[in-house]
Amino acid sequence: MAAESPHAPSLATQIGAVGRRSVTRTLRQRSLLIFPMLFPLILFAINGSALTSATRIPGFPPVSYRAFVLAVPFMQGALFIAVTAGVDLARDIQSGFFNRLALTPLRGPALLAGQLGGALVVGCTQSAVYLLVGVASGVGIASGVGGALVLIGLSVLIALGFAGLGALIALRTGSGEAVQAIFPLLFVTLFLSSAFLPRPLIQVTWFRDVATYNPVSYMIEGVRSLVITGWDARALALGFGLALALSVLSLGFASAVVKGRLART
Amino acid sequence: MKRFTYVARGVAWRSIHNTLKSPAILVPSIVFPLFFLAAFAGGLSKISQVPNFNYPPGYTAFQFVFVFLQSAAFGGVFTGFAVARDFDSGFARRLLLSAPRRSGIIAGYACGALMRWCVTGTVVTIAALLAGMHVPANPGELIGMVGLGIMVNLVAALWGCGVAMFLRTEQAGALIQMPVFVIIFLAPIYVPLSLLTGWIHAVASVNPATFVLEAARGLLANSPVHVAFAFALLAGGVVVMGLWARRGLMSAERAG
Repeated sequence: MAAESPHAPSLATQIGAVGRRSVTRTLRQRSLLIFPMLFPLILFAINGSALTSATRIPGFPPVSYRAFVLAVPFMQGALFIAVTAGVDLARDIQSGFFNRLALTPLRGPALLAGQLGGALVVGCTQSAVYLLVGVASGVGIASGVGGALVLIGLSVLIALGFAGLGALIALRTGSGEAVQAIFPLLFVTLFLSSAFLPRPLIQVTWFRDVATYNPVSYMIEGVRSLVITGWDARALALGFGLALALSVLSLGFASAVVKGRLART
Repeated sequence: MKRFTYVARGVAWRSIHNTLKSPAILVPSIVFPLFFLAAFAGGLSKISQVPNFNYPPGYTAFQFVFVFLQSAAFGGVFTGFAVARDFDSGFARRLLLSAPRRSGIIAGYACGALMRWCVTGTVVTIAALLAGMHVPANPGELIGMVGLGIMVNLVAALWGCGVAMFLRTEQAGALIQMPVFVIIFLAPIYVPLSLLTGWIHAVASVNPATFVLEAARGLLANSPVHVAFAFALLAGGVVVMGLWARRGLMSAERAG
């Protein structure tokens, strides 16, 4: 790798430049914004009503099913962000943009952080929309206004973790199709979790075991606790801890891979 | 008629060949229904303990029927994706030029969709039986349930072909998938219609997919309900979607 130029822009300037491009590109692709936002809301509307009977199961928390399931759109939105971020990055690799960037003094971490900027903008926007739709549909936030802000923070952190995962797959494979192919697998982790019923109420043993070992369960339960319980330190610690661990691991591995992609020979 | 059959057979063979030779196409169409079966029948089985939930064969069978019909519908949807992909790659235009009877193209894709669903439907059924599904239906009722699945597959395939031929781009995927997805999910998939409340009950009560789903569940439970009506609805759907696909083909012909 060549020595860094003494006239290279600062890291913040580099992140800002790549981030601006990423955000602009994301905002221009309206289908990438609208579909991932709309789909979880449609499922929220349908499941929130269709599964109302679940509240009559003995042991179900004393809240409406809509309040219980409001956490799910936040998680689904994060999964969509993983795909958006990964596909965007893969497209840059496939189109040769990455190779051209390798000719510039741009540093790998700056490229990665900037590229994920668009994903974070989408993450913030959709979290705010899901929260507003939830409140508009009659769901109260048990932890209050402060809890709502923490909820957005947690969902953005989850989105960052999954965006990092999408970026890692894109960097490893250099293929948008490979990133899209991984989406069903990510979706499975959502459905095999405590998304639709509390874990103790899952009757089938293998399913309950999978949901117990599935980190997605705890991310959902962290978001859910702010909506239906209030301030639950254990649920929040697990939710934030696992989201942070996912972010650190995925971005750490992605940073290592991006260095190889930007190797200046 | 001979030229129609010739084209239909060729397109169907290619469609099946592509599906079976390409894991990227085949695997999701098998894995998704299996995963829905596991997630719904496994994760939500406690819902069968809700008061007034009455489906004697059990919750696995209750969800199996939904997944069975959903896989039929999505077999058709995936065929729509394949048609769109053929237009994007330029193959469909060459097919339009070379086919002596173009309506055979639609029939060929529809046959391909059916064959694809035969694989998926079989795998889902085996999985449900392995999961301990109870089947009180007699052979005639089982044939009736499969017949409903075939017609659902045909309606969805014709819808997908029509959209793909009108738009002639892979970006049509969301438009093919979304209406099918919404119609299916607005049926009583988790609990019987009588246990739904509010707007979802109102919508599900007039949703054609509800009648098809209830008829299939009734057949599996050996207590048939509005089976004739469900078949009539699907027959109407085949006619309407057949005309839709034909118009899509004409649009593609005009576009050259």
